[in-house]
Formats: sequence, structure tokens, C-alpha cells
Amino acid sequence: MSWEKSNFFKFLKETMFLAMILLSVYVFPQTGQTIIKPYEDDKWPTPENIIDTQIVKFLSNYGQKLRNPCSDYVFIRRVYLDVTGTLPKPEEIDAFINDKRPDKRRILIDELLDRDEYAMYWTMKWCDLLRVKSEYPINLWPNAVQAYYQWIYQKIRENQPYDKFVRELLTSSGSNFRVPAVNFYRATGGRDPSSIAKAVALTFMGIRFEKLPEQQQKNMSAFFSRVSYKKTSEWKEEIVYLNPETPEKSIKLVFPDGKTVEISPQEDERKIFADWLISPNNPYFNKNIVNRIWAYLMGQGVISPVDDIFQKNPPGTEILELLSKELTKSNYDLKHIYRLILNSRTYQQSSIPAGKQHPDTNFAYYKVRQMEAEVLLDALCWLSGEGEGYVSQIPEPSTYIPKENRTIALADGSITSSFLMTFGRPSRDTGLDSERNNKPTDKQRLYMLNSTDIQKKIRSSPILRKAFSQVWKNRTEAINTIYKVILSRLPTQEEISIIEEYFNNSGLRTDQVVGDIAWALLNSKEFIFKH
Amino acid sequence: MKRIFLLNITLLFVICVSYAHSEQNKSQAKSVIQIWMWGGSSQNDTFDPKPSAGYDYCGPLDKTIPTNVPGIEINASLPMLAKIADKYSIIRSMTHGINAHESAAYYMQTGHKPGTGLVYPSLGAIISLFKGYGKGYNGKIPPYIVLTQSQGRFSEEGFLGPAYKAFATGGDPSQKQFAVEGIVAPGISDQQQIKRRELLQKLDLLGKSIPDDPDFLLFNKAEEEAYEMILGETRKVFDLSEEPDEVRDRYGRNWFGQCCLVARRLVEAGVPYITINYPGWDTHKQHFQTMQRKLAEFDQGLSALIEDLSKRGLLDTTIVWCCGEFGRTPKVDWSPPWNGGRGHWGYCFSAIVAGGGFKGGCVVGESDAKGEYVAKRPVYPEDLLRSILRLCGIDPDEPLPNDKGLDIKVMPYPENYSGEGELKEIMKK
Repeated sequence: MSWEKSNFFKFLKETMFLAMILLSVYVFPQTGQTIIKPYEDDKWPTPENIIDTQIVKFLSNYGQKLRNPCSDYVFIRRVYLDVTGTLPKPEEIDAFINDKRPDKRRILIDELLDRDEYAMYWTMKWCDLLRVKSEYPINLWPNAVQAYYQWIYQKIRENQPYDKFVRELLTSSGSNFRVPAVNFYRATGGRDPSSIAKAVALTFMGIRFEKLPEQQQKNMSAFFSRVSYKKTSEWKEEIVYLNPETPEKSIKLVFPDGKTVEISPQEDERKIFADWLISPNNPYFNKNIVNRIWAYLMGQGVISPVDDIFQKNPPGTEILELLSKELTKSNYDLKHIYRLILNSRTYQQSSIPAGKQHPDTNFAYYKVRQMEAEVLLDALCWLSGEGEGYVSQIPEPSTYIPKENRTIALADGSITSSFLMTFGRPSRDTGLDSERNNKPTDKQRLYMLNSTDIQKKIRSSPILRKAFSQVWKNRTEAINTIYKVILSRLPTQEEISIIEEYFNNSGLRTDQVVGDIAWALLNSKEFIFKH
Repeated sequence: MKRIFLLNITLLFVICVSYAHSEQNKSQAKSVIQIWMWGGSSQNDTFDPKPSAGYDYCGPLDKTIPTNVPGIEINASLPMLAKIADKYSIIRSMTHGINAHESAAYYMQTGHKPGTGLVYPSLGAIISLFKGYGKGYNGKIPPYIVLTQSQGRFSEEGFLGPAYKAFATGGDPSQKQFAVEGIVAPGISDQQQIKRRELLQKLDLLGKSIPDDPDFLLFNKAEEEAYEMILGETRKVFDLSEEPDEVRDRYGRNWFGQCCLVARRLVEAGVPYITINYPGWDTHKQHFQTMQRKLAEFDQGLSALIEDLSKRGLLDTTIVWCCGEFGRTPKVDWSPPWNGGRGHWGYCFSAIVAGGGFKGGCVVGESDAKGEYVAKRPVYPEDLLRSILRLCGIDPDEPLPNDKGLDIKVMPYPENYSGEGELKEIMKK
């Protein structure tokens, strides 16, 4: 009897299981595309914007359309990670899901762009690009790193117009401690005119200096030939200044686009160069930054790699022209560009591509990619209830970073840890985008799957402890809590039955089962990848 | 007829060349074990005793013991090593003059003085570059292992980058289970590992939804490789329960002894570079009490390792080198608060080398009457490190491949070098 009964239930369970799989996949009546739950929705909550009009038209050339809308659960996690480098908290998820306003996605985007974490996260990206580190090969030294970092953070926080930001970096003179922007010229790898020109080309034009013809390299370097450095009596202070020995007559210099300019003896060539660079018609300036922002948010540049865009015109670059115009029109307001992209259906579409993609149609889904090392570590620390903390004794002055500080806010690229190196944080030696390595490795998998660190983080987690105590009263509640904390969503029926089965048949103690569920979700692609 | 003759000549030539080639490979050291006496061990109390210098220099460790090599005596605190002195050589004139831990450690591990603007890779990173993946090593275990705690930033991969970083095992091999970080998770049985892996695969909903993403495929492959270490054969190299009790006892049932045993097992598995990061030698206070305890386990563990390697025929292809970042002040400080302590001393200290093409039973160099300064044949860190590289078949003056675009040699002599060069006197041809 009992045997028959259990078999019957097994049969029932399996049938239900199949039915649920069938239920979770159905067809979106409007587009004819299959809806995959819990990642996709069947209705667009977002109106089409100017980006979408162009992208939809572009995709139609390939007989493709945008993918399904991502679900609200996917959206909140995606936009939190992309804008603030931070996971949404369970109460933030609840508030968003229960929000009935039709434009709640737009409201959330605005709110996130105003957060401190937005400034921290994007300062981190700028520091990668500007090579902010105290030691070899950049050698800014710790106190200059702090000054420079604070300056960049402040500018991002107050949303300084991008043209002013770049102009300050290119034209400042003074002490590395007191005029932090001059550190741009101290973080260029070498201090000769061609090393400086190389860094300028890479950072603000998105091109590889070394690929330019020799004459063009010489022409561009000439704008930086008077940049000089001197020490002061204060330890490690350095003044960046223009060599006052000017030529007696005016000189002729040639811009990278071939146009010439006459510079009189009193003028600062760097300013003349900045005037040329920062203008609406410059072929590099706007294109470089909007392509970079597109790549950060969409997972791949319209032109890739983002720092080698010279004379590359893959299909679809019209979208960069549109964004470039928007940048100028908005008075170089970078947040305007973020808003345009984040509020587009293109950004809000599903990360599940429709089968194999034509290489030109990368816009037709949101590209999955691993969280950055710093973001992943912060997420794990938040979960465990305890931050990392960093100490660097050498070089002096020694740096102490308390545990409360986020790793995304770590100013100095020279301060690192085995975790950060394992998960591919850039060394900030060159400013190349390829320095960050988000690709999975076996060492990363070993750490996540089997390290005592992860084990401890799960056991000590105050947020998960709630689930550990819930499990005795209400298993489903406990499972919901774990899912919301780790994956920012609720489990599907299918997932609940898999877990129920693990409770019933694994032969493990309840606390082991709960630990294993958290462990499995932490090791799922859905946790580790932005999606 | 003529043609056959030519053919024969060619064949003979080919055989000779390949024979010479294999001979060359044979004589090369395949693995290196570094025993790093972190903190700096006393030369007087180990391999360079000075009994005639009196109590102020010797404290209670004022006796010497003859070794099995006529003419060589070492401190009586090392009786087991005294019996196998024919298997290793002693360098009594190591010197660099640096008395700060980090700078001295950096110099001893990289062969470069600090402060040049570059962070150079350690010997282990260089050897794992030349003898690691793609260079004849295919093991699942990383090619550069540190037992058990990482040595920190001044002694690792330097500008070679994270791919050449040492893998620090964590854990303690003298415990019931050697919990190698990432490979052996304490408290989780194999059964649970297998079950939860199944759970993970079942719950991988997003992965199943995007089966062809290239990053997801990489992720799956990395995970499979990780599980080969977690559940496969690979981890057995760390499982000391496979060793007979007598062997484990001979090495000493303590952290150091069992690390030596793991090191031997890693050599058998083909790992090119193993460091035993052996702390506790920075004895400013309580020096002699600490020495009496530590030297006993050191003597037992190291002698067991050298003997065992020799018995298994591995010593010819395995270099063992052992020293700290510096020595300790020969004159004991009896005043408070030291009350019988020894400070940092980089002017003259000892190192020992064994196997892999180093001759045994020799002494290189000489210190003065009290063991304070070098009297004969100074040996600088680069001399010792270059000799090890040379025996590993790596020319210290060849270019060091790197992705930083640096035009740099493996380990050149510094400018204004005034030493006497590599340790030719104890290197077999």
C-alpha cells in the first residue's frame, strides 16, 4: 500500500513537473516569439525611444527584431548592477515589483543615477581608463592617488559636463596634490611627448597611437612637447608645468585630422589641442565616449574593441552618430546618454538571443557577462555581512581601507587581493579595455565552488540566517527568501520542486540543505553573470 | 654503397644529437623545492657554528657535531642532517647587507634589489613560466605551489602577472584532513559534493536558456576542470593518508614535517616549483627556547625529505634550497626587553642546497671568526638564484618573455656587480 502510494505520488510529481515546464514556456501573441519565464515578459512597459527606432530599422535589414522585454525582476537586477555596481536589496525588489506606476522603470533609472554608488562605480571605470595606481608602471604614489581619485569622484558625483572634465584633465598645471587633474600627465606610462600623446589618443579618441602613420604621431606629440615636471621640497610632490622656454616666433602644428594651426609664443599648445578635440565636428571625441558607454551598458561596443575605433565602420554605427549629436545637444551631459540607453527597449530586451546570431546583429539581445571582480566581491560581502578591508604598508604613506568601504570604491589600482586578481580586475598599467578580464577560469570556479571563504560567507550571512530560521516553519518562504537575496527574484514552481526533492531525498540535515541551496544559487550563472 | 654510408653517417649523427639532447634533459633539474625560513634563521645556531666565539655568541647552543663528511661540522642542534651532509652543500657566505624583512625577502626571491620601479617575479614564477603549462607540464595542479600560506606581494609573480602567481594551499597537512583551499572543503563529504553538484546543474536555469553563449561554455569547461580537482584523482596528491605511518613519522608529525612530505608528493606529480613558506624564525626574543623546539622539527623534516628523495631516485632531478631572507645577529642581545634574542642580519648568513645538479658534501665560502661578516667568497642572492636557474636549464641571460613589452633578461647581474658569480664550484658539469 505504502509502496503504491509513494509510486503514485512520484508519478504525479513527474507529470506535474512536465506540465510546469510546458507552462513556463508559451508564445507571445504579438511577436510570435516564445516567452521564457521568469526572464521575459509579454508586454513592453517601455515606450519605443529614438534609439529603438533606429535599431529596429537596422535589425529589419537582417529580418530580425528586438527580443522580448525582460521581466521586472530581471530589469531591477540588471539596472542596479549596470548603474550602481550593486545588487538590489530584497525590500527594494519588493517595492519595485509592487509599484503600479506605468513608468516605474524610468523612475528607478533616475533614482539610481542620483545615488552615491553610481558615482563610485563609474569612478572605478574612469580610474581604470585613467590608470589610477600608486606603483609601477604608473607610480602616482599613494597621496596623489587619493587626491586624483577624490577629484574624479567629485566630478562624476556632480555630473560635470564631459567637455569640461576632459578640458581640465588636458590643460591643468600645478601640484599633483593641490591640482589633482595634473595627475593625468603623471599617469601616462612614460613622460615623453609621444607617451602622453599615446595616452590622450587612447583615452579620449579611442584610437591606438602606435597604429597612426609616423608623421601623424610626430604631429600629435608636438602638442605635448613642453609638458614638464619638477620636484618640490615636499616628499613626492611634483609640479606639472609648461616649459617656459617658448620659441620666439609662432609655430605651426598639425592636428591628427591634417588641419594646421599657428600657435603664438604665449599660447598653451595643450589648450589649442583641447579646442580642436572638444568640438561637435571632431570625428573622435563624442564617438569615443558614447561607444564606451554603449559597451559598458550593453556588454559590447557598437565598435569593438572600444579603444581601437579608428576608421572602423561596422554596420550599425549610425547609432553612435545619433548619440554623439545627443551629447552635444545636451551640453555634454553624460547622464543624458545613460538615460537614453537605459530607457530604450534595446537595453531592456531579454538576454536570451533567438538562436545563433548574425555577427552584425549584436543589438538584438542584452549580452550576458560576468560581474566585474569588484562588484562580485561587494555582492558576496554584502551577503556575508562583512566587508573586505585592505591594508597597504608599502609604499608609504601606508593606506588602510576599513571593512565598511566598498571594493568598487578602492582608489588605488596597486592595492589588490588574491580574489581581485583571480577574478580579472585590471592592473591599470595601460588603460586598455582588454586589461579587465571577465572570462571564467578554473581558479575562479574552485573559489566559488569549494573555498572556505564562500562556505564561511554563507554560514555567517545575516540575511540568509533569516531563511535558516524560516525553514522550520515554512519551507517555501525560506526558499523565496534565498532566491530574492541571491538571484533578486522568486523561484519558479519547477525550481521549488527540485529543491523540495533535495530536502526529501538528499539525506542531508536541514541546515546542510539550506546551505547547499544558497551555495548552488551563488554558483549559478544567473548570479555570476549580469543578464 | 656510398649512399648507404652517407645514410649511416646521417643516422649516427641523428642518434648522437638526440642522445646528447636527452642527456642534457636528463641532467636538468625538473623540480625545485624551496624551504623559506621566513623571518631569517640564525647561521650560528645551524650550519655555521662558532663555538670558540664564546657564550655571548652561542648561548646554550655552543656545541658542534661532526658530519658524515670529514672536515665539515655543523651545530649539534642538527644531528639528523649531520648524518647526510654528503647529500647537500652549505653556503656560509650569503650576503646582501639588507636588514629589513620585505626588502631582503624581495632580493632573496627575485635576485633584484628593490626600488628600481619594476616589481620583478620571484624565482618560482620564472620557473613556472619556463617549465609550466605549454612547456612540458600538463598537471591539473598549478605549477607553482606554496605550502601553506601565501608569501605576500613582494615575492610572487611581479610583472609577469596573475597567471604566474603561486597557488597557496591553505590548510595544515598535519591535521587529520589537509584542507587545501578550493580543493578540499572541510566538513563536506564527497557524497554531499556529488549531490550538491547535481542540484547546481538542475538549478542552472539561465544556463539552460542560453546554451551557446561563448562565456557560458567557458564557464562550464572551467567548472569541469575545477571538479576534476575537487572530486577527481588530482587531489590525491594532497592526501597523506595514502602514506605509510612509518613514513609520516619519519618526516615528523608536525606542520613542517608533513609539508616536506607533501612537497615530495608534488615533485612526484611533476610540479616544477614548490615553496614551503616556513614562518617563525624572527626570534628577537625567546630565541633559544624557540630554537630548541624549531630546530628539532626542522632537522627531522628536512633530513627526511632529502633522504626520501634520494632513496626514490628523485634527488638528481630535484633541487632543494633552504634559507631565510637574512641571518641573525651573531652576538646575542641579553639585555631587556630581548633577554637573549637575535636581531636581523643581512651581512653574512648561511644557505643550503641539495640535488638537481648541485654537488653534496661541500662548503662554499667562509665567515669570519664570529660569523659576522664574509671572510671568503661572498655569495649574493643573484649568484645563488642564477645557479638554480642554470641547473633547471634556464639561461639567466636569455630574454624573459612578458606581455608588458619590457625588454628584460631572466635574471641578469646588476650594474656594478662585483661578486664572484654562479656557484660553479658545487655545480656538476
